[in-house]
Amino acid sequence: MEDFLVYFYQNKEVIFIIALSIFLGVEVISNVPSVLHTPLMSGANAISGVIIIGGIILLGHTNLNTFSLNLVLGIFAVIFGTLNVVGGFVVTDRMLDMFKKKKKK
Amino acid sequence: METTLQDLGITTGDVILEISYLVAAILFVIGLKLMSHPESAKKGNLWAAVGMGLAMVTTLFLHRGVSGQTISLLNGIVIVSAIIFGGIIGTVIARRIKMTAMPQLVSFFNATGGAASALVALMEYSNPDNSSATVTLLGLIIGAIAFSGSMIAYGKLDGKVGDIFAKWTTYFNIFMLVLITALTVYMLAFDHDMATQTMLSYILLGLALIYGIMFVMPIGGADMPVVISLLNSLTGIAAAMAGFIYSNQAMILGGIFVGSAGAILTLLMCKAMNRSLLNVIIGAFGGGGAAADKDQGTIKEISLSDASVLLSYSQKVVIVPGYGLAVAQAQYATNDLVKLLEDKGVEVKFAIHPVAGRMPGHMNVLLAEADVPYTKLVEMDDINPDMPNTDVTIVVGANDVVNPAALDDPSSPIYGMPIINAHESKNIIVMKRGMGKGYAGIENFLFFNDKTRMLFGNAKDSIQALVNEIKQL
Repeated sequence: MEDFLVYFYQNKEVIFIIALSIFLGVEVISNVPSVLHTPLMSGANAISGVIIIGGIILLGHTNLNTFSLNLVLGIFAVIFGTLNVVGGFVVTDRMLDMFKKKKKK
Repeated sequence: METTLQDLGITTGDVILEISYLVAAILFVIGLKLMSHPESAKKGNLWAAVGMGLAMVTTLFLHRGVSGQTISLLNGIVIVSAIIFGGIIGTVIARRIKMTAMPQLVSFFNATGGAASALVALMEYSNPDNSSATVTLLGLIIGAIAFSGSMIAYGKLDGKVGDIFAKWTTYFNIFMLVLITALTVYMLAFDHDMATQTMLSYILLGLALIYGIMFVMPIGGADMPVVISLLNSLTGIAAAMAGFIYSNQAMILGGIFVGSAGAILTLLMCKAMNRSLLNVIIGAFGGGGAAADKDQGTIKEISLSDASVLLSYSQKVVIVPGYGLAVAQAQYATNDLVKLLEDKGVEVKFAIHPVAGRMPGHMNVLLAEADVPYTKLVEMDDINPDMPNTDVTIVVGANDVVNPAALDDPSSPIYGMPIINAHESKNIIVMKRGMGKGYAGIENFLFFNDKTRMLFGNAKDSIQALVNEIKQL
């Protein structure tokens, strides 16, 4: 029990962030008309590519003097992360283009 | 005494980095918020992208490793090269893909995000400086499941992977979950030397990958939207887990935010189909066929000229589009039909079922592509009260979403799913390729209704022929 209390106290900021982020996510989605569900899912998917930051940190501090498995995996992590981010945002933009076109006419 | 940065052992750069993460996190939230309105959606997507770009750039220049050094020029070049490579591929794929293939593509990009999370976690697990083993392993498991699961979902939507459903898959999956949990606990509870630890993490990765495959495998194609949304949510959570490793607030907030957004979207979709999430995950659509014994009545066809006369002299027409319309690429022809009818003074609306197409809102995107104004797209709950006043309902390539069995046949697997009440309108024209069953694999009694006339053939060809016929009237 005490372990749990200590854990909570030490990580209270993060626990706050998590709790509030969950509400934020629910709140934002509940207000979206179903017309926009697919672009929204796609946009959210692009944001989940935020793992790219982890990839950059990891690859950024990998020793390049010796060839290692970590280097190869790190490069793949960054490539995959970028695919998720760039592909996700571009495809969302393309979907949303279709909604915008009509506004001009 | 005032505290200086030096006292805290940090540099101005560290502070700027954290501020940039804060800005990025805020931009993610604002971005998704703006996406909730068609007018501002494009701007919202752009803001979120700017937030991501900002976080990437500041990380590249300002992030300091354990020994305090920033990312070296050489490492920076490797990173930028990888980003350019991934960016070009991503852009090309995203630009070239057909709009009908959109759900697969989202699933594919989701898979790459999951893979990136799993890889980061895999490497961090054998990093001696990383003190948060629990979240690392969770990130590894969740990322790997999201990756392999999304790849299978991609394959299924693309028609490359079929359904496998047998009783044993359920037991196998429960067994796998137990195995994964047990191995995780074992890895966390006992100290191992480096080599064992690394080996175990690879075994765990393998198990999670297999679980992801077997988890999506038995789920029917009709449930794929729910699965993609669920996997999307998982990718977000996996990214947040990696965020814990680096105490990176932008990753934690972004990941959890997307995770909860995806989760609530998943539940909304389940609700639209009147099924519980557990039901989606464990059982494929029953295919029980208990309802098939009922007297079916007869199918009546309609000729093109009859159909064109019927439509031209109607006042209110409702079109119910389904995936068949998307597959046949009939959205442009449909728009021609709509314009033609409107010139004749017919009021035309589209009735959009929440799960029409392969993803919620997929149908809207497809119709928007063909220049159908989104004001014409009416949601199920808003159009249903109007159905009895509708002269003709045209069902194009849709099936289960207009199946009245959902309302009155408790033995039907889709019983309780809200439907578009096409059967209440005065006339119904069903455009279909043949007498095949819908995605859920169940008989549709709407087709045997006295008011229903069938127009067999490819949706695009049928609609084009109809357009030509109406023009000649």
